[in-house]
Amino acid sequence: MTTGAITAPDLVVDERRAAPHPIADALTIMWRNLLNLARNPQLLVFATIQPVIFVLMFRYVFGGAIRVPGVPYVDYLMPGIFVQTVVFGSLTTGVGLAEDLHKGLIERFRSLPMARSAVLVGRTLADLLRNLFVVVLMSVVGLIVGWRPSGSLPAIIFGVLLVLGFAYSLSWVFAIVGLSARDGETAQAASFPILAPLVFASSAFVPVSSMPGWLQAFAKHQPVSVVVNAVRDLTLGHPAGSNTVQALLWIGGIIAVCAPIAVARYRQVA
Amino acid sequence: MPPAILVENLEKRFGDVQALCGVSFEVPAQSVLGLLGPNGAGKTTTVRILTTLLRPDGGRAEVLGHDVTRDDRLVRASIGLAGQYAAVDENLTAHENLRLVGRLTHVEEPEIKRRSDELLDRFDLLHAQNRLVRTYSGGMRRRLDVAAALVHRPPVLFLDEPTTGLDPQGRTDLWAVIEDLVDSGTTVLLTTQYLEEADRLARNIVVIDHGTVIAEGTSAQLKARLGSTVIEVGFSDDESAKSAAELLSRVGAVTRDGRCLRVSVSDGAKSMLETVRALDGANLAPATMALREPTLDDVFLALTGHTAEEQPEADEKREREEEAS
Repeated sequence: MTTGAITAPDLVVDERRAAPHPIADALTIMWRNLLNLARNPQLLVFATIQPVIFVLMFRYVFGGAIRVPGVPYVDYLMPGIFVQTVVFGSLTTGVGLAEDLHKGLIERFRSLPMARSAVLVGRTLADLLRNLFVVVLMSVVGLIVGWRPSGSLPAIIFGVLLVLGFAYSLSWVFAIVGLSARDGETAQAASFPILAPLVFASSAFVPVSSMPGWLQAFAKHQPVSVVVNAVRDLTLGHPAGSNTVQALLWIGGIIAVCAPIAVARYRQVA
Repeated sequence: MPPAILVENLEKRFGDVQALCGVSFEVPAQSVLGLLGPNGAGKTTTVRILTTLLRPDGGRAEVLGHDVTRDDRLVRASIGLAGQYAAVDENLTAHENLRLVGRLTHVEEPEIKRRSDELLDRFDLLHAQNRLVRTYSGGMRRRLDVAAALVHRPPVLFLDEPTTGLDPQGRTDLWAVIEDLVDSGTTVLLTTQYLEEADRLARNIVVIDHGTVIAEGTSAQLKARLGSTVIEVGFSDDESAKSAAELLSRVGAVTRDGRCLRVSVSDGAKSMLETVRALDGANLAPATMALREPTLDDVFLALTGHTAEEQPEADEKREREEEAS
C-alpha cells in the first residue's frame, strides 16, 4: 500500500447528506442491479435465450397437438407465454435479494443514510426494465413465427402494460420470499412450488375447460388466468371487459398488500 | 469534548439468550477503542446496535451525540461500517462499488471520483480498479470493503473483525491504514479476537464476555491489573544470584532458577527502580535485566478463565442466535 495521508473525515454531519433521497437512491440501486444483470451470464440467459426457446417450443412442438377452437394456437399462446415468462422471471427479484442478504450487502445498505425503500424499489424497477426487454424480444420472435395480433395497437400496448404490471406486483411477492430466505438457492426452492401450479393450472397454454372440474374452479379464478385472459382479450381484438378490470384489481391488490410487508421485512432483516 | 461514542447500560435479548446485559463504555473522539472478546461475547451485537442495524431492548447508545434509535439517520450519515464479511458487489468493479456507496451516501459526483481514486490508491487497488470484484482475492475484497466504508469521509468508523481471514502482510497493511485514519481525526471502534491487534491499535480496550464488560482500560492498565509484572534479573555467577535473591525478596516474590531470578511485582516501574537501588547498594552487578509485562493473552485468561480463541458451548449457541436474528 502507498503511504500517502488520507483526507480528513467530515466532522460536521451534513443534513443534506443525512436526508433520504428516495428517488435518487432507488435509481442508484436500479443502476447497480442492471449492471449485475448485464454481467451475470445465468441471468442473461434467463432474460434472453430462454424466452425465445419457449416461444419456439410452444409454437412448433406443442402447437401442433393443441387445438383451441376459433383462434390460431400461436395467437392464443402468445399472451400465455408472455405471462408465464414474466411470472417465472419475478423469481429473480427474490433470488437477488436473498443473495444480497447472504453476502452482507443488505447490511451495508442498511447502515447507509439512504432511503429505506430504495433497495426494494430499485430492484423491482430493474426487474421491470428487464421484463420490458423480454416482452419486446418475445413479441419480435412471435411476429416472426406467425403471431398476428388482431387487436388495435393501443389495446396491444395496454395488454403488454398489464403483463408488466402483473410482473411488477409479483416482484413484491418474491421480495418477501427473498428477504425471508437464507440464500438464493433457498429462495428459488421456496418460490417454485408457489409458481408452478399458478402458471400451469391456468389458461396460459390450454383452455381451462379442458381440465377436470375440481381444477377448473381454481384455474378460472386465479390471477395468472385472469391476467392471461385479459391480455388475450386485448391482443385478439375482443372488447376489454371484466377480465381487464379483475387483472387491474389483482395487480393493485398484490402491490398494496405485499409492498408494505416487504419494506417492513427489509427493516428487520440482516 | 463529548465522547464520539457513548454506550450506557445496553441490553439486547435474542429469544432466551441475553446477548448484552448492561454494557457501558465511552470512546473519546479521535481515538481507537478495541472491543475485545471471544466469539459470541456480544461484540457484533454492540456494533450492530451502534450502526442502527439492531434496536436495543434497553439502555442508550449515542454516536456523536445522536441517539441511535431516535436520530438514526444522522447516525448513519456519520458512520462507516466494515463488517465481518466483505460486503461488496462481486459483479461490479472496485470503482463502481465505491461509486455505489458514494451515491447512496449522497456525496457529489466529482467528490466521489476524487475520493474513490484516493482510496483505491491508498488501499493498493488502483491496478485492479476496473476488474470485476469476483476476480479479486480475499484480501483485496476485504480492503475494498474497508475503502467502501470510507467514501463519505465518516468521522466514526466501525470495523467488525476487519482482519479476520487476512494474511499477516494484509493485516499489518490494514493496521497502517487504520492508524492513518485515526491520525487524520477518525474515531474507530474495532472489534477483534486478536489480542495483538487490540494491543497495537487501541488506546483503550474494553473486554466483554457473555454480554458484560469484564475489564476496561489501556492495554498497560489491563496488564497491570493482573498484578504480576515480571522483573527478570540474570547474573554471571551463582553466588551473586543467591545474595540478590535474598536482597530482592522485599521487592516482590522471588523465584530463582540457577543464575536467573524472576521477581513478580504489582507495580513494574517502581519495583524496577527499587531493584536497581538494592542491587547497586549491595554492589551486585547483574548481567541482564528485563521488565517483562504479561501479554494480553495472560490477561484474558486471568479475566475469563478461558483464552480468546477457546469457545465454550454457551457462546456457540449465542453466536448462532445472533446470526439467525
